[in-house]
Formats: sequence, structure tokens, C-alpha cells
Amino acid sequence: MADTPTPLTSNVHDKGRWERFRESDFFFAFKRSPVALVSFTVVCILVFSSVFAPWIAPTNPFDPASLNLMNGFTPPMEPNAFTGSAFLMGTDDQGRDVFSTILYGMRISLFVGASAVLFAMVLGIVLGLVSGYFGGWTETIIMRVADVQLTFPSILVAMLIFGIAKGFTPVEYRDQMAIWVLILAIGLSDWVQFARVVRGTTLVEKKKDYVAAALLIGRRPWAIMIKHILPNALSPVLVIATISLALAIIAEATLSFLGVGAPPTQPSLGTLIRIGQGFLFSGEWWILFFPACTLLALALSVNLLGDWLRDALNPRLR
Amino acid sequence: MSTLAKAVLASLAVTIAIPASAETLRWARAGDALTLDPHSQNEGPSHTIRHQMYEPLIIRDTTGAFQAALATEWGPSADDPNVWVFKLREGVTFHDGADFTAEDVVFSFERAKQPNSDMKELIGSITEVRAVDDFTIEMVTDGPNPILPSNLTNLFIMDKGWTEANNTVEVQDFEGGEITFATTNANGTGPYKLESREPDVKTVMSRNDNYWGRDQFPMDISEIIYTPIQNAATRVAAMLSGEVNFLQDMPVQDLERVNNATGLVVKQAPQNRVIFFGMNQGADDIEADNVSGANPLADVRVRKAMSMAINRDAIQTVVMRGQSQPAGMIAPPFVNGWTEAMDAESSTDVEGAKALMQEAGYGDGFSIRLDCPNDRYINDEAICQAAVGMLGQIGITVNLDAKPKAQHFPLITDGKTDFYMLGWGVPTYDSEYIFNFLVHGRESEIGTWNGTGFDNDELDAKIKSLASNTDLAARNADIADIWRVVQDEQLYIPIHHQVLNWGMAENLGIEVDPEDQPKVKYFTINATN
Repeated sequence: MADTPTPLTSNVHDKGRWERFRESDFFFAFKRSPVALVSFTVVCILVFSSVFAPWIAPTNPFDPASLNLMNGFTPPMEPNAFTGSAFLMGTDDQGRDVFSTILYGMRISLFVGASAVLFAMVLGIVLGLVSGYFGGWTETIIMRVADVQLTFPSILVAMLIFGIAKGFTPVEYRDQMAIWVLILAIGLSDWVQFARVVRGTTLVEKKKDYVAAALLIGRRPWAIMIKHILPNALSPVLVIATISLALAIIAEATLSFLGVGAPPTQPSLGTLIRIGQGFLFSGEWWILFFPACTLLALALSVNLLGDWLRDALNPRLR
Repeated sequence: MSTLAKAVLASLAVTIAIPASAETLRWARAGDALTLDPHSQNEGPSHTIRHQMYEPLIIRDTTGAFQAALATEWGPSADDPNVWVFKLREGVTFHDGADFTAEDVVFSFERAKQPNSDMKELIGSITEVRAVDDFTIEMVTDGPNPILPSNLTNLFIMDKGWTEANNTVEVQDFEGGEITFATTNANGTGPYKLESREPDVKTVMSRNDNYWGRDQFPMDISEIIYTPIQNAATRVAAMLSGEVNFLQDMPVQDLERVNNATGLVVKQAPQNRVIFFGMNQGADDIEADNVSGANPLADVRVRKAMSMAINRDAIQTVVMRGQSQPAGMIAPPFVNGWTEAMDAESSTDVEGAKALMQEAGYGDGFSIRLDCPNDRYINDEAICQAAVGMLGQIGITVNLDAKPKAQHFPLITDGKTDFYMLGWGVPTYDSEYIFNFLVHGRESEIGTWNGTGFDNDELDAKIKSLASNTDLAARNADIADIWRVVQDEQLYIPIHHQVLNWGMAENLGIEVDPEDQPKVKYFTINATN
């Protein structure tokens, strides 16, 4: 550790946050890890291009009126036999530009993934703090529900929630609601991890003196949980969140692939793969290939980043 | 040998025996029969499965010609023009061994007239079915009905005793979700017997060696295993891997692949089926749109504009890959009353359609929900999706709701959809069948599949008179008049006539039937294998 710049030098408070971050162990480890650099770059490119999809994509695939069916099944980089238009990654069965559809579809995949993880994280943290701090029957109920849910594959739980929610949604709003229902379904199937970790930390921390001191000066339980106990659990929560993000993106793709997720008129990556899968035997490979590659790149790089993060934040591995 | 070892050996023997039997027809298509109850759900795939186990009085062979089934002779009575006489086949037994007699025919026709029956439109003109003796039937119609036999080819005969014993005399209430004994069991006189049935999973039938026509028909197939596979790619993969040897609803993109595979062949024929969209034009206000207090579909200009927005040639070229014929009327070319001129009446004109929308006061468009099946017609969902784009070009925002046919069809028969896809095959080969189901105003006995809310008393009277009009020239003139109204009102938006593609193992001798209703008793197995 001799050549490592130590973050807690005496002049630490004179420097800005960015300066401090640049001098941290964390950033040093990041700079030295090719896996982290590459996967971070890939994630950045993918997130950037999906956020700015309306400016990058040559067409808007979610506007059915702009589609020309005669463009259907155009191979990549070849002019269409009828219209003469050429597309970077070809077109699908409805004449949608595959490249634009991937950008827009990735937006849905990322949005659903990120929102679902955020939802699961908030839910898991709250339930974890409550069960760890209060204990008793509250803890018993919450943690037994978590145990039961762990025995089901999360995709099954998500499908169950999706099915029930769809039943309650009026048909007119189903398309608009599909995205929110997906978030709810994936989020609800994923909170257990967060709750367990936070509860574990809470159990350890609540017996410590500083918590007793906070109690003595009359701080409310909520303030103690959030301001004093929670920061101790943030590193593992961050790691779980990153790995969950990759899983949530895949869960969304799986649900859409099974036809219970994003509607075909607003395809996510999973919907695109489902559409493309029907044309594998007939040689129109690009409809499946490009979305599948994008999904692979996205899920893999987020996962690798999460993996690296776990190692970097784990003091025992340093 | 221990009992366990015996059991293991026995089960091994069974596993080995099944693939060894070359006479098994492993048959797959997109969807399952909706029910086995012969008089519920007048729907193609349901009739197809029933045809293997039940029989009507008369069937059509693969060329569309009448063949004697449970009736051996039939003709109008010499004494009374309102009576048809049927001689029944003697010595026929049902699968459970009961004898087939005139009593069963009388019973089945009465059952088919019940309120829950979906076959009642076909026999609406019959006022009485009476047994003269054990093997002679007289059918009395409310006027001379020259085309009565063509209405009977899907009207299956059940055993009175079996039906009563199993408490299934009432036709199931399909829309109400009722399940009765007859919906999952079958006891007919047909060439195959039901062995087991798991709806939407698998139906197994075995050859009925007591069948009356055992020596007249090839009946080379000894066992039928019917598996619905909704996913098109999975269906083709099952065929390519040899898991199935007979495939209906072949995905159009995979014809070449299957045809080029060794041991497989695709046979093609134009199908007696037209695909179209229906619109609820009868209601004052509809639920599925965003226009309150008015129904845009009630305006014929909007309906015309919607039809003009559909580019049928693009659907034919891209979605169907040439495996369809664009349609201008909702009658397949096989049908009496179809004319080439009317079938060419739909043209694409987006600018004209926009002008019509403007004229109707919907220049800014409106939004509406389209209900579409996803396991019934060839590329049904893709056609609907293409229509979403095309209607979008004239300002109509369409929310597509695609679902399996078992949930889609009740929406139409219950009047719960305002814009829907439907396909119609015409087993009678006559326009009257289309009018009775799709054009006549909806009543309990007639017009049950007319989801358009269209109800024209004058036209209804004309439709009803078709059944008893013996002057064929005058009758055809009436049919042409009715079609003119249907066309001018743009009652439906025709899309195309389907082309049938059946995939099969090369050693199977199967003729493609334009009704898409394979009858396995005609199938042969060639010895070349």
C-alpha cells in the first residue's frame, strides 16, 4: 500500500470532491482494471445512444404512420428491391429500421431495468431497515415473506405479477401501462436481496454505541435508521444494485420475449428478439442478430462492472 | 423377475414401440380446437378435429364435392317441395357401440337449434326433422330450400343415449366459459376415436376399426397425435426435426426451407377463406375510441377511407410473401355470388382517404383499439400491425390488442369489440352463408357473428328469402343486390384470400383441401419409405 495515494491525508478537506475522488483507492483500482474500463465505456456508449436516440436514430420506429411496409425484410447495407432504401442493420417484418428500433428499444430496456432496480432497492432498504431495527414479529413476517419469495424463480414471480396487473388494467391503457407494469413486476420480484443485506447490517450496527448515543439525545428511529445505520450498508447495496440491473434488463427481455412485456408496436430488445426469432429459418438473420448482440453487450458489461465493483469495494480482497 | 423390473421393461417397450409405428400422424398447427362439443363454435380448427371423430350426414371430399357420410341418398321429396328426404346408412355404430338410427339425427338437429348452438344459422330454414322409420329422415323447411345439403356438411350427429347419459344435452355456453362432458369427450361414428385430450396441449385419437367405411377409405393412419404449437418458428423446427410429420398453418417465410428439407414437402392450394376487418358502425358511441358522443365508424366516409388506407399489395408482397390474393369483397372466389369485378373494388389511395376523413370531420384523426387474434390466421398479428401503420398515415391512431383466438372470438360474438379482425370460410360455397352470419342484423338465431351493428330490415328480409328461393336466376340477382349494399356501405374492410400451405412428410399421401379441413381417413402412406 506504500505507493497508493491514501485518501485520508491531512489536507483532504482542502480539495474538492472530484479531486478527492481522483485520489481515491477506488478510482485507482478502476484505472488499473481493463475489464472495468472497457465495460464502463460500453455501458456509457449504450446509455448515451439510447438517451439521445431521437437525435441519433435515422427514423422513429415507434411512429407506425412513418413506416413503409414495402421496406420490410431489407438486408443490412443493401438497397430494398422495391423502394431502393438502404439500412445500416436492415429492417424487420414491418419495414422498421433495425438500428433505430434497437436504440429506441434499448431505451425501454434500460428505463425498465433501472426503474425496476430503483424500486426494488427502495423497497428492500425500507423493509430491511424496519425488520433489522425493530425485530420481533415485524421482522418475522417480512423475512419469511422474503424466504418464500426466494424459493420461486424471480421470472415466475414477475410473470405472476404481470398477469395479475394486466387483468386489472383496462384494455385501452394496456399499451401505455405495459412499461409500468413491467417495472412493478420486476421490482417486486427483486427486493429480497436488498432487504437481506440491509437487515444484516442493521442488526450489527444497531447494537453499537453511536446508535445508543443517538437514541439518548432523542433522535427518532427513522432518522437513526436512515442517517446513521444506512450509510454503513450502502457499499453492498450499490454492488447488488449494479448486478441486479443486468438481471433486470435480462428479466425484461425474457418477459418481452415470452410476449408478456413491451407491446410489439413499441418493441424493447426482448420484443425485437421475439420478432426476429420467427425469421431465423428463412435466413433473415439480422432481425434477431443485432438486437441480441446489443442485449448481450449491455447485460454483459453491466454485469462485469458490477463484478468489478464488488471486488473493488470488498476490503478483504484488497 | 421382480414387479419393478417388469414395469421398467414394459415402459421401455412402450417407449420403443411408439417411434417404431410409422402409421402415426403427428399433426401440428397454430391453435387447438376451441371445444369438442359438435354444436358449439362454428370454427374451422374445431370442426377439423371433430371431423375425425364425428360425422355429418354429408361431407365434402378434398375436391369440394359432396360424399355420402351418414346419409347414403338424399333428395327433395316428390310430394312436397318443402321437404328433403335422407336415407340413412345402416349398420353404423358409435364409438361406444350404440347403434346409429334416425332418432340420433332428430336429436342432433334439435340440439343444433338450441340457443347456445353456433350452428343454428345453418339450419335456420328447417322447421322440423322427423323420423319416418329407423333409417329415413324427412326435413321440413319453411319454404323450398334448394341448397339445404350444403348447409349440413359440418353438422355432426351425436348419440342420443350417450348425450343423455352424460348429462350434456344442452350445448355448452362457450362465451360463459362453461365446460360440459361433451367439450372434452367425444362419441361419434367417425373413423377415429378419442383416446385422450388436454386442451391446448395434446389430443390423441386412434383408428376406429369398426368404422363403416374401413374398407372404402385408405385409413392408413392408425394413430393421430395432434399438438397445437402457437409459435411459428417452433412449429417449423418441430417439422424439420421430424417431431411432427403433418403441419397446417405453415409460416409463409419457411415454405422454401421446409420444401428443400429432405423427406418433407409443402403442398399448396388456394383456400376458401377471406380475411377482413369488421367495424362497429351501429352504435351511437363506441368504447374503443377517443371520440366521445359520436362514433366515427358510423360514417361511411370514414369506413371507405380506412379501406383506402390499407395497401393490400404491400401486405401480400411483404407480410404474406405472395401467399395470398388481395380481396375486394368478403367472399372467397369459390363462392356463388363472388365476382371478379367486386373483388377488385378495393384500391389504395392515401390522399383520397385523407380527403374523405377531412370531409367526414375527422381531419385530425382519432384513436381506436383493434382486436386481433394471434394464433388463428396466417400472420394475423403481423397483418394487424401493418394495418396500424397504414391507418396511422391517415391520422387514425390504432392501439393493437392481439390475443389468442379463444379470447378473441367471444369479443365478436358478444359484441364487445368495435374494430376487429375476422376470417371467414364458406363451407356451403354460397353467399347466403356469409349473409346469414355476417350481414344480417344480429338476432338470437341469425347474424351471430355480425359484430358491425349493421341492421337493415329490408336487406334482412331479402337475406331470409334466399333460403327458399328456387328460381336460381332470381336468387343470384338478389345475392348480387345484397353484395352491392355490403360493398357500398363498406360493411367490412376485406384484406385478402388465404393461400393454403400444408407441410408433410414425403411418404404421406395428402391432398390439400380448400376448406383447410384435412380428413385423415383419406390420408395414405406410400410404401416407398
